[in-house]
Amino acid sequence: MTREERLENLREICGTNIYACMKCGKCSGRCPANVQPHRFVSRLVRGRLEELLADEKAWDCLTCYACAERCPRGVSPVSVVEAVRKTQVCMKENNHISAEEIPPAVTEYTPQQLFVSVFRKYNG
Amino acid sequence: MEICYYPGCTLKTQAKELDITARKAAELLGVTMTEIENWQCCGAVYPSAKREIASRLSAVRALEYAREHGGKLLTLCSACHNVIKRTNEDIKTDENFSRAANLYLGFETPYKGETKVLHYLEFLRDEVGFDTIKSKVVKPLNRKIAAYYGCLLLRPSKMMAFDNPENPSLIEKFIAALGGTPVSYAFKNECCGAYLSVKNPELTKAKSRKILHSAAETGAEEIATVCPLCHYNLKENTCEDGAPKVIDLPALIVEALGGEEAEGGNV
Repeated sequence: MTREERLENLREICGTNIYACMKCGKCSGRCPANVQPHRFVSRLVRGRLEELLADEKAWDCLTCYACAERCPRGVSPVSVVEAVRKTQVCMKENNHISAEEIPPAVTEYTPQQLFVSVFRKYNG
Repeated sequence: MEICYYPGCTLKTQAKELDITARKAAELLGVTMTEIENWQCCGAVYPSAKREIASRLSAVRALEYAREHGGKLLTLCSACHNVIKRTNEDIKTDENFSRAANLYLGFETPYKGETKVLHYLEFLRDEVGFDTIKSKVVKPLNRKIAAYYGCLLLRPSKMMAFDNPENPSLIEKFIAALGGTPVSYAFKNECCGAYLSVKNPELTKAKSRKILHSAAETGAEEIATVCPLCHYNLKENTCEDGAPKVIDLPALIVEALGGEEAEGGNV
C-alpha cells in the first residue's frame, strides 16, 4: 500500500466524516484519558500519516464515546483513533499486547470481559 | 412473562452474582429470563473502525435466535448490551455488513434487524413498571445510594437511546422505587477506566477514584452498577475510608423485594 492508499484506507475505515470537523476542540475538552482526539481528526484531514502512526496516545483511548457524544458536527473522533490503532498494528506487524502481559494483571476477581476487550482493542 | 436472555461470558463466571440476582429479581417481579441456547461471547467491545465483520457475528447469531423466539432479546451486562444493540442497528443500516453476515451465518430467513434489544433496566421500566416494583417492596432500602452508568449504556446516545447521555436518571428512579435515596453527584456517566486497567492501570485508578470520591462526598453508602467491568475497576480501586461499596443494581432489587441473598460471584 502506498502512502496515499494508506491515508485513503484510514479515511474509509474510520467511517466518519472527518471533513465536518470545525476544530472547536470540544472532543479533547471532554476526553477522560487526555487523548486529544481533535488532533487525530485534524491530522487525517491534512494527511499527516507519519504523525498519526507515531502517536502513542491512541493507546490510551477508552472508546467511551464521550468525544463523539459532544461533537456539535456529528464527527466520531473515537473511530479515527481506533482506525489509527488498527493501522499501527497492521503496519508495524506488531500487536500492542502479548499473552505474557496478561498473568500479572490477573487478580482473583478479574472479569473475563477485560481480557477479551484488550485483545480485541490492542491486537490485529 | 418470559423473555429471551443473553447472559455473556463474564456473567457466567466472575460476575455470577449479577446473573443470579438479576434472574431472582425478575422472578420476584413475575418475569422468567430464558437463556438463549446458542449464545457466544459478544466480543466485549464494539469494533469502532468499520469493515470488521467477524467480530460482530456472534451478536447477529443471538439476535436471529431471539427473532425466532419471541422477538425480544434481554441483555444485562452493559458491554454486551452495547455490542448487541449497535450490531442490530448496523444490520438495519449497513447493507454490506448485513449481506456479509447473512451469507456467512446462512439463516433460513435472512436476519434484517427485526429483534428488539432491551436492556434489563429498560425491560423492567417498560414491561413491569415502577408502580408494580414499588408495590412489591417489603424492605425499603432506606439509605443513600449513588447510581453509576459509565459509558456503554449511554453512548453513542443516538444508537443506544437508553437515557439522557449527559444527565441520566433511570437508575436513580429504580433506587427511589426501592425505597432508597438516590444522590446527585458529578461523575455518574464518566468512564471508569475500562480495559486500560491492563496496560495503564494508573489511569484506570485515577478515573475510578474520581468517581468514587465524588459519590462518597454525597454520603452515599453504596454505588450501584450493572457492568461487571465497572464493578471490578471501582472495587479494585477503592481505597479511602467511607468510599461507597460497589453493588450490582439487581442485588438491591432482590434485597428490597425480600428475596434471599444469592451466593457466590464477585461480591
